[in-house]
Amino acid sequence: MTSKPARDAGGAPVDKPRVVIVDDHHLFRSGVRAELGEELVVVGDAGSVEQAVAVIGEKRPDVVLLDVHMPDGGGVEVIARVCEECPEVRFLALSVSDAAEDVIAVIRAGARGYVTKTISGAELAEAVRQVAGGDAVFSPRLAGFVLDAFAQGAGASDAGAQEHLADDRDLDQLTPREREVLRHIARGYMYKEVAQTLGISVKTVEAHVSAVLRKLQLSSRHELSRWAVQRRLVSLDGP
Amino acid sequence: MGVEVLVVRVMTVMAATVGGLGVAAYAMAWALIPATPDSTRSGRRPGAWRQAPLIVLTVAALFAGIHLAGSHVGEGLWPLVLGVCGMALLWRPAVAESDALDGGRPTLREYLNRPARVGAPRLIAGGLFVAFGSAALLHAVGVQHSLGKAIWAVAIIGLVVGLVVGPWVVRLGSSLSFERAARIREQERAEVAAHLHDSVLQTLALIQKRAGDPREVAGLARRQERELRSWLLKRPGEPEQDSAAVALERAAAEVEELHGVPIEVVTVGDAPLSGGLEAVVQAAREAMTNAAKFAGSERVDLYAEVEDDRVEVFVRDRGVGFDLEAIPADRRGVRDSIIARMERHHGRATVKSRPGEGTEVELVMERSDA
Repeated sequence: MTSKPARDAGGAPVDKPRVVIVDDHHLFRSGVRAELGEELVVVGDAGSVEQAVAVIGEKRPDVVLLDVHMPDGGGVEVIARVCEECPEVRFLALSVSDAAEDVIAVIRAGARGYVTKTISGAELAEAVRQVAGGDAVFSPRLAGFVLDAFAQGAGASDAGAQEHLADDRDLDQLTPREREVLRHIARGYMYKEVAQTLGISVKTVEAHVSAVLRKLQLSSRHELSRWAVQRRLVSLDGP
Repeated sequence: MGVEVLVVRVMTVMAATVGGLGVAAYAMAWALIPATPDSTRSGRRPGAWRQAPLIVLTVAALFAGIHLAGSHVGEGLWPLVLGVCGMALLWRPAVAESDALDGGRPTLREYLNRPARVGAPRLIAGGLFVAFGSAALLHAVGVQHSLGKAIWAVAIIGLVVGLVVGPWVVRLGSSLSFERAARIREQERAEVAAHLHDSVLQTLALIQKRAGDPREVAGLARRQERELRSWLLKRPGEPEQDSAAVALERAAAEVEELHGVPIEVVTVGDAPLSGGLEAVVQAAREAMTNAAKFAGSERVDLYAEVEDDRVEVFVRDRGVGFDLEAIPADRRGVRDSIIARMERHHGRATVKSRPGEGTEVELVMERSDA
């Protein structure tokens, strides 16, 4: 995972990324194939974790469109098993599920972004291109989840903070700038618009988002998989 | 029971001095008639109500002892009374407080099916009563000299019967619990089926009918998706208390339904709905309505951040936009429903819009109620 940024620098944005679609719904796979066929090269698809690992290993696509929910382990399992063999493959999570814990789990496993299945074909193609180019794709919803996760972590874990070393703290908090960028994404701004509003370059916005993604994947203190459950409890009993 | 408990007890004590059968009758009644919620709610401690019969029975047992020692009147009767009292103690399942709290009086059947958790003191007392009663009865009938043989005979017969019937009883027990589990599963399945029938199948039928109108179909599908999602995420036993996030989601769903423009709702943090938050939700709803109605945008984004001391809501569209200064004075939507409403609650609303570049409404309010 940490070797990716170096690779990204070399890898210019790809015009027609090669894509594998992993989803246990046949209808959905053929739907995406039809929608993306124009703009991307769909080199294969898979309906189960086993198939996915085999197809990805054989085709070595640029991007895997990955369903979060599948029988026998889901997206997390696919990422875990593929990452060992082909670390250069990038994943974009795709789901109808808005349950925060599922989404955060896939991101932490290594997916470079998350979009909902209701996304339009053009937007999906653009998201795939971004992921192929090494960027992170944050939908407004994912940005909201992340803000929520880090807010909860900061507010509720003073006791936990003492157990951790100081250099871990950087991973456990968002900088004000990162927070500001995420908030704009959650408000529905495109990267370009965020850049305009905040008076920074698009590259800087992308760098902030990638940094957030890295924190999300490396941070240990939040124990983010448990956070989602807590979040519901807190919002229920909270002030 | 309808009759004052105390009256019953007094009558029973009187009857006990006459016969002793009264004690037996009372004990059996105590064992088999469940305590009604009324009797526990009448202010007396449940513990006291359950201890009382024990005391009565002990007194009765003392009387019985005196009787046995002194006279030979009704020799067979007192041991019987003792035995019955002991039985009553053993049979009466411990009525847990939770049972009383359930409200509603259990039927006799449910009552007998209840797992019999007998408290240790009562178990010992009941056992002693029964043993003492049986011994006394045997003594009275005059067979105690052959008691040893009889006990052996009973023990052996008991063992044999136990060996023969035991496995069957165990199997019966396990099949009963299996059946219960199956019944619970069946109930849950039926509930899910009923819900799917009322929601998803109805929507699918509607979609088939309106297949010619893509906008309508998309709206139906989205509404159903929302509904199903909230049903799936709902935790059982969750109080139906409204929170700011829930209220915003609902407002968005309503606006979406009315105007057919998808609204993407993202919330961070949450809080119970208060007067101020209610106003924010109303203002946000108005902003969403404007965006859906006039902007001609593909979709509307709503982002809400509820913190302990402050709430912020952004409603953004990518539609035609407008010039705020150019709104005629008689168009009151933005000024009254959004800006004035927020100001009444010590908040503020900012509208950023330029023709051709969409609109963003920002609502901010400090939370004094937190």
